[in-house]
Amino acid sequence: MTKTTIQLKLNGIQRRVDVEPNDVLVDVLRDKLGVKSPKVGCDRGDCGTCTVFLNGRTVRSCLVLAVEADGGEVMTLEGISQNGPTKLQKSFVERSSFQCGFCAPGMVLSATELLQNNPHPRRAEIQEALAGNLCRCTGYSPIIEAIEAVCKK
Amino acid sequence: MPIAIDFEYHKPKDLAEAAALLARYQGGAQLLAGGTDLIVWLKEGMKKPEALIDVKGIPELWHLDVKDDALSIGARVTFTELIESALVKNEFPVLWEAARTVASCGVRNRATLAGNLCSAVPSLDGAPALLVYDACVHTRGTVEEREIPVSEWFTGPKRTALLPDELVTAVELPLPKKATAGCYVKLGRYQGEDLAQAGLAVLAEAGNVWKLAFCAVGPVAKRAGKIEALLRGKKLSDALIAKAKTLVAQEISPITDVRASKEYRLHMCQVMLERGLKVAQARLLGKGPAYGESVL
Ligand code: FES
Ligand code: FES
Repeated sequence: MTKTTIQLKLNGIQRRVDVEPNDVLVDVLRDKLGVKSPKVGCDRGDCGTCTVFLNGRTVRSCLVLAVEADGGEVMTLEGISQNGPTKLQKSFVERSSFQCGFCAPGMVLSATELLQNNPHPRRAEIQEALAGNLCRCTGYSPIIEAIEAVCKK
Repeated sequence: MPIAIDFEYHKPKDLAEAAALLARYQGGAQLLAGGTDLIVWLKEGMKKPEALIDVKGIPELWHLDVKDDALSIGARVTFTELIESALVKNEFPVLWEAARTVASCGVRNRATLAGNLCSAVPSLDGAPALLVYDACVHTRGTVEEREIPVSEWFTGPKRTALLPDELVTAVELPLPKKATAGCYVKLGRYQGEDLAQAGLAVLAEAGNVWKLAFCAVGPVAKRAGKIEALLRGKKLSDALIAKAKTLVAQEISPITDVRASKEYRLHMCQVMLERGLKVAQARLLGKGPAYGESVL
């Protein structure tokens, strides 16, 4: 296998990192680049805990090879809250929307993408946007309510 | 989980370079588009390619436009891009409706229609809509280009007519000549992010011409020709629908798996047929639920 050096803009900062062709993006982010918010839940695209923005859209970083991100832009939870928590994050905090928090980074990013594209989603649209983000603790209601509360503001 | 197998990674800049790479590896290379199926298969050791050929760097595969009375969907176009396209929504609403049911938002942002066709899992949501719109798959190999009707594309579960030296360049859908309306009826265990237990695309054309295609209830997605023949030219009535439902068992061959039993699938396909026919008819008359609303 040929080792390559990839370059990517990670949370606004240009980074270089050596990877093998079979390295998966979530592992490189966590283990080589020190970004710990993306979590590995299912490792097969079903749970959404590994969600990150890649070139402006949310993706499952467990289903992306690190080499595919070469020349691209990755934004994680660390990136979107660089200047302090966003309105959406504050809304989650106010309602104690999460319990263990394992799903939180993915939920926040998926909801952020939803609100970028559709600032006033209906409840059904919120549910659909989060359908690929699984939460084992909360039963989803406090998460959905926090998103709805931001839309009303 | 790391991927245990080793492979080379190539990202060709044009079709000629991709074709040359495919020829060089003689079937040992695997094409990569969105990767949402492939990366799982690599992790699970179900695919062991010597090399991956990433087609996302090939601009010839990025288009989504109408040429010569047909919509051409480049092989790199994602489900999200299909859903965001007014052209797809207006001209091919059944494909639009089906695209919205594929997996989850984060997967649709990456997964491509062409990749879905190449994965060729029996439950693929994209297939029934393509079948009822008489779509064609365009491929390119080292020596020739081919145009394969979607009805001849699937040769078995996870098997297609694609040759080892070929790649899919586009999926083409002829623009309907008459007024059409339809629906994609998807049965899942719950709404949102689930594979289909059964899927049915219905397309009604003015003049009582019906096109129907099932997925997830047989080794490959396919048209329901016997039911189409029965319905052709007749006005839809409860008696006709009841008769059509009796033919469902001849059109599909469902199995029992973790998602549903064979009996449940068969029963629900009859229910889905009835609802699908009624919704398609209503939409043709400008009534019925909006596209995207659940039909079941
Ligand atoms: S870890 Fe990527 S979707 Fe579950
Ligand atoms: S808060 Fe525990 S998984 Fe969501």
